[in-house]
Amino acid sequence: MNTLLEVRGVSKRFGGLVAVSDVSFSINEGEILGLIGPNGAGKTTLFNVVNGVYKADQGAITFAGKDITRCSPDQVVHLGLARTHQIVKPLNDLTVLDNVTVGACFGREYLDKTEARKVAAEVLQQVGLGDRVDMLARSLTIAGKKRLEVARALAAKPKLLLLDEVLAGLNPTEVATMIELVRKIRDSGISVLMIEHLMQAIMSLSDRIVVLNLGRKLAEGKPDEVVHNSAVVEAYLGFPDAVHKMTLAGKLTWRK
Amino acid sequence: MSGILASMIDGVLVGAVYGLAAMGLSLIWGVMDVINLTHGSMIALGMFCMYLLFAAVHINAYVLLLPTIGFGLIIGLVVYWMAVHWVVGRSMLMSLLSTFAVNMMVIGIGTAIWSTSPYNVNFLLPGITIGAYTFTGNHIAAAVSAVVIALALQFFLYRTRTGKAIRAVADNRDAAELMGISSTAVLSIAFAIGIALACTSGALVSTLFPFTILSGGVYQLKSFVVTILAGLGKPFGALVAGVLLGLLEGVVTPFIAVSWIPLIEFGLFVVVLVAFPQGIFGKRATA
Amino acid sequence: MILRRPFFWIILLVAAGFIYAPLHGNNVSLREDLILIAIAIILASNLNLMIGYTGYVNFGHIVFYGLGGYVGLYLTTMRGWNLVLSALVAGAVVSFCAFLFGLAILRLRGAYFALATIGILQAVQAFVSNFDPWGRSTGMYLSFESYRPLGGARHALWITYYLIVAVMALSMIVSLTIKNSKFGLGLFAIREDEDAAVVLGVNATVYKAIVYSVSAFLPAVAGALMFFKNGMIDPSIAFEYMLSLEGIVMLMLGGQGSVIGAALGGALYEKLRSYLLTSPVLSNFHLVIAGGLLLLVVLFAPGGLIGWLYRLVPRARKVIE
Repeated sequence: MNTLLEVRGVSKRFGGLVAVSDVSFSINEGEILGLIGPNGAGKTTLFNVVNGVYKADQGAITFAGKDITRCSPDQVVHLGLARTHQIVKPLNDLTVLDNVTVGACFGREYLDKTEARKVAAEVLQQVGLGDRVDMLARSLTIAGKKRLEVARALAAKPKLLLLDEVLAGLNPTEVATMIELVRKIRDSGISVLMIEHLMQAIMSLSDRIVVLNLGRKLAEGKPDEVVHNSAVVEAYLGFPDAVHKMTLAGKLTWRK
Repeated sequence: MSGILASMIDGVLVGAVYGLAAMGLSLIWGVMDVINLTHGSMIALGMFCMYLLFAAVHINAYVLLLPTIGFGLIIGLVVYWMAVHWVVGRSMLMSLLSTFAVNMMVIGIGTAIWSTSPYNVNFLLPGITIGAYTFTGNHIAAAVSAVVIALALQFFLYRTRTGKAIRAVADNRDAAELMGISSTAVLSIAFAIGIALACTSGALVSTLFPFTILSGGVYQLKSFVVTILAGLGKPFGALVAGVLLGLLEGVVTPFIAVSWIPLIEFGLFVVVLVAFPQGIFGKRATA
Repeated sequence: MILRRPFFWIILLVAAGFIYAPLHGNNVSLREDLILIAIAIILASNLNLMIGYTGYVNFGHIVFYGLGGYVGLYLTTMRGWNLVLSALVAGAVVSFCAFLFGLAILRLRGAYFALATIGILQAVQAFVSNFDPWGRSTGMYLSFESYRPLGGARHALWITYYLIVAVMALSMIVSLTIKNSKFGLGLFAIREDEDAAVVLGVNATVYKAIVYSVSAFLPAVAGALMFFKNGMIDPSIAFEYMLSLEGIVMLMLGGQGSVIGAALGGALYEKLRSYLLTSPVLSNFHLVIAGGLLLLVVLFAPGGLIGWLYRLVPRARKVIE
């Protein structure tokens, strides 16, 4: 398996606040890497550094063999790295179709408008928004807007997709649909790096997990390794024994 | 050399008035994220307010500042309910355009009433002579008034309930509402105060220089420069930055024709915006 | 392709009307009315590229028109150049300068950008007022000699009129083309959410600079033509702040973001303006009425006339662009 993304020793500070400190990990082709950690751990900041919205203070990022540490977000998309936002950013007064056409026009393949429109229509079918293509983006439900975010990113034909809490705010049915979508995306050959708080989802989807806390990498490994790591549990729950006891008592189950 | 020193001190004094004007702009910007393009016309209104008051009641112009402040508050409330309330929270374009529209209307009415001829407030305080220099009394009185008002504002914002409510809304409007603060009331008061500061600074300027209905524009530009220099949310920062701008003018005026000054200030404006996104002292709200 | 859009043919029809109407019967006063409307449409349509398409408010738009006038008049009067060539060079020079300036000030967002454009207008006016080769604050005058290559003054005025109508049609065609192009889509994305647009791959910095300089080209050409026709130019009439603001009112009135909105707003407002300026009572209130109109539009109908039309008849969007 080839390494698609490599993050080495990345740090980012804002004034006196160190948001990300010396974080290193890599993602291989065809895998789903989960990124978890308590609130404020620096996950979204890390995303922002990877895709060029923020410039890393230290460290390097390599994507598909190219050094993207100093790249701007638009350059990064052209190389094949697309992302969604935690707080959705629909292009409100454009139609759903136009929104996704933007993604296709300015993504990795840099298509012309007519081609891009076709790609956009296909992608919208895939994510399940095919019946809403002519609606204005502002009139979608939150679940619809989340799917729009994903569609826009997919239309850019990325090799790696960064998903930032794509399940937040969705009801259980919507969550299940989205999980299926993420699986389909990976199966189509796109690697995924996802930030998620929903434990069941991240456990069942991820091939590997990286845990951040207070800006540092706390642990890395397969889902059940990581979840039984006492340092991780302590970061989340505060007391390491609790998880173990609750699992034994049958009050906590881990599904794969 | 001595001429420059006098010019610099003069500049510092006038700069205090610039600072006062900028405080009005900065307050509104910081509290409700609205860039008040009526600022210039309100300064001009303040000038005419002082003119009319002084023509009616020939007492110390600086005492007439008090009714001017009242006038400013009332006008501020009117403008708020006419144009601003409806665009708070909408896109920046809309608030720019709506305040801009009011600006056009005020200048239009002002031109119709007073035309574009220069006016004057003929009130002179005796100057203070130190050695070879005489500092005009008006300049000193204007600077002192500006500082006093600035201090009063500072006191108001930090020591009174309403003031604290204003700062709360400026910080985080939703959270403030959840605490039971009526943000509409607060926004309207903050806006009115901002306008009152503009009017008052105009009134002060009217005691220093001749003016027309169009004079507000020059001071509006200065206010923007000062606000950008100072960053938002720190009224006292605006006063200091105003003084600095006045000082800069004082240093430069003996050497350059007055008509180049707006050009230099614009240059400064753009340079600071591009080089110091956070302002030199405070925070910058998203534009 | 552009030829397939019905609105393209509507534009050509309107331009033909503009040419035919005063020509038929040699109606000079109608021509003078229409030329002002044409200029208003040129200014509003190009301003629309910045405000309506990209979401950046340009308060100093008139600077392109004025500078174009200066460069054009300088080339024709002082250098004896051919009118069309002077106008095109004026357009090229001004839009090149706009591109450079744009790269600098377009890093500023929203309101800061708007303020910077006012500053540019004032800075250019101050500079030109002190610039010797261009007559400083007195400006420049056209000698009648310059009308000779065009067949004398009367003939020249007609030719200039046709050229301005052509520029008007071009302005609208450019607007239409951009609106339906990939470049336009990128601009709309920037308008809706610039950060999201960049993350989606739009090179916002370059796009903004390009549209800023494109929005400068035709107004500069029109300025060169118009001031040639008027025979004189000075800083106060070239860089009239009021005209800049009126451009914005026109755009908001008609409906920013659509090609016809800019044109309609330009035409309607220009009519209103001439009426106001010639009325003895109302001329003083010109500014008040313009401001009042703008306020009403912003508060109650931010989409302007066309926005209101689109809401009534959604299908109109496809034909009336």
